[in-house]
Amino acid sequence: MSHPSVVTLDKKSAPRTLFAGDMLVEVDLPPGTRCIYPKPPLASLKDPDAAIRYALNHPLNSEPLHAKLRPGMKVVIAIDDISLPLPPMRRPDVRERVLTIVLEMLSDHGVEDVEMIIATAVHRRMTAAEIKHAVGDKIFNAYYPDRLKNHDAEDPHGMKYVGTTEEGEIVELNKTAVESDLLIYVNLNLVPMDGGHKSVAVGLCGYKSLRAHHNPRVMRACHSYMDPTPKTSALAASVERQGRLTNKALNVFTIETTINNRMFDRPLEFLHKNEDDLTGFERTAMKALVRTLERVPQAARQAIFERVPAPYGMTGVFAGETEAVHKATLEKCFEQYAVPVKGQADVVVSGIPYISPYNVNSFLNPLLVQVMAEGYLFNMYRGQPLIKKGGTLIITHPCTDKFDKEHHAPYIEFVHNLLPETRDALELHKRYEEKFATNPAYIQMYRTGHAYHPAHPFYMWYWGEAGRQWLGQVIVVGADNEYIPKILGYKTARTMAEALSMAREKHGPSPEITCLRIPPIVIADVS
Amino acid sequence: MAASYFDVDGTLIRTNLVHPTLFYLKNLRTPLESLGKLGRAALKTPEMILAELRDRRLFNEVLFSAYEGVSRDRVKVLSEEVYDKVIRPAMFPFAKELVARCRAEGQDVVIVSGALVEVMEHLARALGATHVIANNLEFKDGFATGRLLRPVVAGPEKARLVREHARTHGHQLDDCFAYSDSYSDVPMLSIVGHPAAVNPEPKLADLARTYGWPVLQLESQDKMPRKGALGAFFG
Repeated sequence: MSHPSVVTLDKKSAPRTLFAGDMLVEVDLPPGTRCIYPKPPLASLKDPDAAIRYALNHPLNSEPLHAKLRPGMKVVIAIDDISLPLPPMRRPDVRERVLTIVLEMLSDHGVEDVEMIIATAVHRRMTAAEIKHAVGDKIFNAYYPDRLKNHDAEDPHGMKYVGTTEEGEIVELNKTAVESDLLIYVNLNLVPMDGGHKSVAVGLCGYKSLRAHHNPRVMRACHSYMDPTPKTSALAASVERQGRLTNKALNVFTIETTINNRMFDRPLEFLHKNEDDLTGFERTAMKALVRTLERVPQAARQAIFERVPAPYGMTGVFAGETEAVHKATLEKCFEQYAVPVKGQADVVVSGIPYISPYNVNSFLNPLLVQVMAEGYLFNMYRGQPLIKKGGTLIITHPCTDKFDKEHHAPYIEFVHNLLPETRDALELHKRYEEKFATNPAYIQMYRTGHAYHPAHPFYMWYWGEAGRQWLGQVIVVGADNEYIPKILGYKTARTMAEALSMAREKHGPSPEITCLRIPPIVIADVS
Repeated sequence: MAASYFDVDGTLIRTNLVHPTLFYLKNLRTPLESLGKLGRAALKTPEMILAELRDRRLFNEVLFSAYEGVSRDRVKVLSEEVYDKVIRPAMFPFAKELVARCRAEGQDVVIVSGALVEVMEHLARALGATHVIANNLEFKDGFATGRLLRPVVAGPEKARLVREHARTHGHQLDDCFAYSDSYSDVPMLSIVGHPAAVNPEPKLADLARTYGWPVLQLESQDKMPRKGALGAFFG
C-alpha cells in the first residue's frame, strides 16, 4: 500500500493546481498519474524555549554550553542568513529564540565580548530590516551594526587562513570567528542539505574555499544534494573535510533547529492540500486566488505571497558537537519531508514557485528558475532520482526576462552574455569563472551594496549540473518568451497537454508520469 | 592586460572641482590678493552655473579662469596641501580598496579628472593609481593665463582620451572598466566593456539600471551615499 501522501489520479480527479512563479495554474493530468504531496506538518514543540535550554544543557557529544564559558572570553555567534527559511517565518524567528537564550547565558557567565555574524558566505548582505526580522528588535537594537554584522568574504583584512585539507581544499574563514575563544553557530535547517559542517565551513568562508566544491566536477559527482552523506555527495564529502579541519582549529559549539512545513498561513492554508480533498469553500477560494493572480500586476502578486510570513513551527533543537548534532537534525528533517515512493517515472511534472533561497524579497529570475528546476526539484530525492535517466521534466513557469538590478546584478551579464556563448558548465568554469568572480565592480556591489558575489551565478548554473547530466529534456509550460528557455536549453509548450504529447514522442504512448506537488517541501524516498 | 578608468569627483571623493579651487584662492600670497580673487570668482558664479547647465567643458574653463595670475610655483607648492586638506579627508572609505583590487587584478588604474594634474598626481600616488589624465593650466612667464591647455578633460573628450590611452598602452577596451558618478561621463562609460556607476546621480542611475550596469557605492557598508545640492549640481 502506498503512503497517504502519494495519490494516483483517476478520471474523476480535480485538476492539479501548480505554481508558475507567482501565479497558479490549473492543469489536467492523465488518469494514472502519480501525485506526491508534502507530508502534513509535524507537531511543533510545545515549549520551544524550554527545548532550547534543555538542548544547551544536554548537548550531544559535547560539554554543556555553560561549561565552555568563562568571564573575559571572546565569543562569536554566527547565524544563518535570510535564505532560510522560505518564505521568512512569522516572528519570533527561531534565531531570535535561540539567540535570546544564548545571550542570556553568556551574560550570566560574565561573557561580555560578544559579536554576531550573519553567515552569508557569498550571498548578498542582509538589510537592516531583514536582520531585525531574524534576530528581533531587542537584540538588533543592542548589537547592530557594530557587533552584529554581515560576513564579508572579500574584506582584504577580514579573512584568515585556517589550513588545507588532505585533498588540497583551502579553508579560509571569517577572521573574527577564527580568532574567537568560542564560536557558536545558530542554524535553521530547512532542508537536509543545510547545516552540519556546511554552516561554519561554507557560511563563513570565501571564494578560495568555495572553489573546492562549488564546481561542475564536484556537482556532477553528487547523487542528490538532499542526501548529504560523503558516500552519496562529493559536495558533502568536501565540506565535511573542510569542516573537520575547522573544528580541529576552532572551538565550535553547534546549535541546529528544525521546523515543520507549515508554509502557508490563513487565508492561503488550502495550498497545502490535495485538490480532491478541498472543501467547497476552499475550492472556491482556490479558484478566486487563481483568477486574482491572473489579473493583478506582478508586484501585487509577489506581495500576496510575501506579505504573509510563514507560520512555521519549531520541531526540534539540538546542540553540541557538529556531526552528532547534525545527525539528529537530519533525522528530524527526513521525518518531515521524506515520502516513500516506489519506482521512478519517465516524466515528472512540477510547478516552479515564486521563491528560492536566493531571491528572498526579490524576483525569481531566469537563472534561478534553472536552479529550482534542475537543482532543487531534481534533487528532491533520496536513494535514486524520482525521474528515470534521460527522462522528461515538465515545469510551469513564465521564465520572464527580469532581474533584480541590485541583488542579482552579476546574474544579468552571466545570463545575457555568457550563457549564449556556452551552456557547458565545464567550459564556463574554465573560461569565464575566475575573471568574472574577481570583477572589482561586482565585488564592490557585494561588499557595500546588496548584490550576490559575482561567483554566485556560476554556482547557480553548476547547481543544475547533476540534473542536466541526468535529464533527457526539460519542457516549460507557459513561458512568456522563447528567448530565455532557449538560453537555458529548455523546450517550450503552450499547454500541459502539448508538453505531455512532446514527452510521449520520447517515451512512448503510456509514459509513467509523476507530479511532484511543491511547495511545501517534499523529498521522494525512492525505492 | 586591462585598465580601469576612474572619474574622481563624486566617484572616489565626495568633493568637486570647486572645493580645491576655493582652497587655492584662499591661500594666495597675500590676504588681499585672495580676497580679490574670491570676489571675482563669486561674481562669476552665475556664469559657472549657466556653463555647467550647457556643457561640462565650458564650466571647467570658466572655473579655471579664476587661476589667472597665480604663479606656477604656487600651484605646485599648494597642490600637496590641497590634497592633504581637501581631497584626502573627502575620499570615500572604500575608494582605496577598490583601486587596490583593480591593481591586484593586474589592471592599470587611470585617474581621469577635470581637476588640476598637480593635485591629481598626489591622489594617484595615495591610491596606487598608475596614470593620470587631468587638466593642465596654461602658464606664460611662470604665471597662469586663466586658460586650460587643450585637450580640456571633460565630457565626451574623456572618452577620446581614454580610447587614446588604451590604444597607447595596448589595452582592449572590451576588457577595460570605467567608473563614474556623473551622467556627463556616459561617453567614457560607454566605450569600455565593463562600465560601472558609482554613487550615481539619478539620471545615471536610471541609465545604469536600464543597461544592467553595476551600480556601486563606496561609502561605508550600511550607509547609502548622500549628496548635497551643491554636490549633485557640480559632482
